[in-house]
Amino acid sequence: MENLIALLVAAPLLGAAVLLCGGRRLDRTGHWLGTLLAAASFVIGAVLFADMLGKGAEERALHQRLFSWVPVEGFQADIAFQLDQLSMTFVLLITGVGTLIHIYSIGYMEHDERRRRFFGYLNLFLAAMLLLVLADNYLLLYMGWEGVGLASYLLIGFWQHKPSAATAAKKAFLVNRVGDMGLSIAIMLMFTTFGTFAFGPVLESTSDTSEGMLTAIGLMLLLAACGKSAQVPLQSWLGDAMEGPTPVSALIHAATMVTAGVYLIVRSGAIFNAAPDAQLAVVIVGAVTLLFGAIVGCAKDDIKKALAGSTMSQIGYMILAAGLGPIGYAFAIMHLVTHGFFKAGLFLGAGSVMHGMNDEVDMRKYGGLRTYMPITFVTFGLGYLAIIGFPGLSGFWSKDKIIEAAFAYDDGIRGWIFGGVALLGAGITAFYMTRVMILTFFGEKRWQPAPDPDRTASVEPGVDVTPGEMPHPHESPRSMTIPMIVLAFGSVFAGGLFSLNEAFVTWLEPVTQFEHPHPVISVPAITASTVVVLLIGVAIAWVMYGRRPVPVTAPRGSLLTRAARRDLLQDDFNHVVLVRGGEHLTRSLVYVDHTLVDGVVNGTAASFGGLSGRLRKLQNGYARSYAVSMFGGTAILIAATLLMRGV
Amino acid sequence: MNPVNYLYLAALLFTIGAAGVLIRRNAIVVFMCIELMLNACNLAFVAFSRMHGNLDGQIIAFFTMVVAAAEVVVGLAIIVSLFRSRHSASVDDASLMKL
Repeated sequence: MENLIALLVAAPLLGAAVLLCGGRRLDRTGHWLGTLLAAASFVIGAVLFADMLGKGAEERALHQRLFSWVPVEGFQADIAFQLDQLSMTFVLLITGVGTLIHIYSIGYMEHDERRRRFFGYLNLFLAAMLLLVLADNYLLLYMGWEGVGLASYLLIGFWQHKPSAATAAKKAFLVNRVGDMGLSIAIMLMFTTFGTFAFGPVLESTSDTSEGMLTAIGLMLLLAACGKSAQVPLQSWLGDAMEGPTPVSALIHAATMVTAGVYLIVRSGAIFNAAPDAQLAVVIVGAVTLLFGAIVGCAKDDIKKALAGSTMSQIGYMILAAGLGPIGYAFAIMHLVTHGFFKAGLFLGAGSVMHGMNDEVDMRKYGGLRTYMPITFVTFGLGYLAIIGFPGLSGFWSKDKIIEAAFAYDDGIRGWIFGGVALLGAGITAFYMTRVMILTFFGEKRWQPAPDPDRTASVEPGVDVTPGEMPHPHESPRSMTIPMIVLAFGSVFAGGLFSLNEAFVTWLEPVTQFEHPHPVISVPAITASTVVVLLIGVAIAWVMYGRRPVPVTAPRGSLLTRAARRDLLQDDFNHVVLVRGGEHLTRSLVYVDHTLVDGVVNGTAASFGGLSGRLRKLQNGYARSYAVSMFGGTAILIAATLLMRGV
Repeated sequence: MNPVNYLYLAALLFTIGAAGVLIRRNAIVVFMCIELMLNACNLAFVAFSRMHGNLDGQIIAFFTMVVAAAEVVVGLAIIVSLFRSRHSASVDDASLMKL
């Protein structure tokens, strides 16, 4: 069974290699090959999962060592895989949701002439993410981590002829680099502290290491997680990443990429358990991002950007739970899986809506679509109920547990703060998701004619849009609706299944440990208040958008709304502090370079030049002056000799 | 034997020769002055040889004469070819070897 692990990664990697190197002769079949290999990876994962279920809880972890990557004395890095319950969960999520997104993309990208390349990139994305979660040491994990960054860059900028997409891809890549630097520093610190990168030795020897070092490693890992998972302060790339094709957004937000940060923190749980300060930082980052993303999600009129805000917020929940220690790890992963289902479903639904509406993304120009797109409406609606945590659906089971765990942070004020933030976040989530739902599927039609040719920057290529034509929404083809239906099933039932007899927690316990949280207030009270907050959020959204007519052009809005539309000024902040600051720094460095460094170098050169210019005058070509210098020199030598002898 | 007078003479001849080399411009005269310096040295050698009562100094004097003869051959050839190209025997006219 161990030998199958490498095939998990190899299948999509092979697909990427064949599709990207195969050339145009694969244009007609390439998408089937890509989908098939993603599905093959899922089947292998399912076989391994079935095998794993048949064993005792402690014997489930599998190892496979392929070869030695860097065989240097004192620096051993292996290409070796580890498949335990945590990795298994991710493998099934990545390959399962990934395969569904592949199937969806067949229909969605049908008119794109670069579809083969798109599927190659998708396969590369899956392979990198699988490498990340299957690695048994941090160095190999880093390789997968960078592969994910590369694939996301290629996919976000897939429509590279649009300047906005090219810029967004660069932005995502650069912001991720900041996080990657954190991971590389963490790995270097690990190597100097533990002398190895392998998960086993590193995570088992945390008790003999100083807390300061563990805190440093933990904070660097947190920085890495912030970059990949779009947490404050490295969140700014996520909104712009919506420039990519919609299936890419679904893949980034549900199955790959943003979940990597959560995986990293949960996998390194032993380090964080031993470093409470780093853990507190994780919780604070999660809590801040949770509110940040939710507020941004409330103000966006672009359906994909509203969903992006919600991803940020939901990942904030997971990071918060991961920072809570053994009471939260399992719930973080559980929310990650349920979120994978409903967020993929929501994004695919959004793509389906855009497909039928001439690729319009502004929700203010939708309205009343429920009768035109019944399947999209139902699946999107179930995803919506799941994400707001409607009782009984997936999101309810996982999010409610995280809120309970947040209240159990400690007995004092912090438990109340973090629990309160998580609860407030649930209310805001209900508000903005209801807003998305009402603006898109309910109310009167606010459809607008297709944009002018000179404004077609927002239109995705390959779609025949006649300027001035009214959209005629229709249900999407079967290849797009079937994945949405499957994901909707997951959104409805996954959470309940996981919570049956605490099945999910028991499953993960050997890897992540588990303690029952003891919240500051009783569990039924938390559940009740979650539902109440949820209903309040829905009610406010209904009053604001359901009862009143929605203007097609967005009203000016309050100061907070305008700030939230600009992503709470994150880009402005980055621009003023980092870009301007960087410019000033470089300018002053250039000044120092020009005056001080160049001054010293040029000054030395000039003084030697001047000196030799003067010395040159001695070479005047007159034999008699040479003779004088010879006589003079001899006289000085003789005089010196005589003087020395006299002394 | 007291060589002081001979040495005074040798120093005088050497000084005259050196001053001639430095001051005169005519290459022939400069050449003669060099011969004067060499012979001043010869005189000192011979004087010391006489004082010490052995032949070392005299042998060196012969060596000097041989070297001087060879030098004259080369030097005069240079002066003649210089004169042919420049129509002057002034050492200051041959000042092209400079930067």
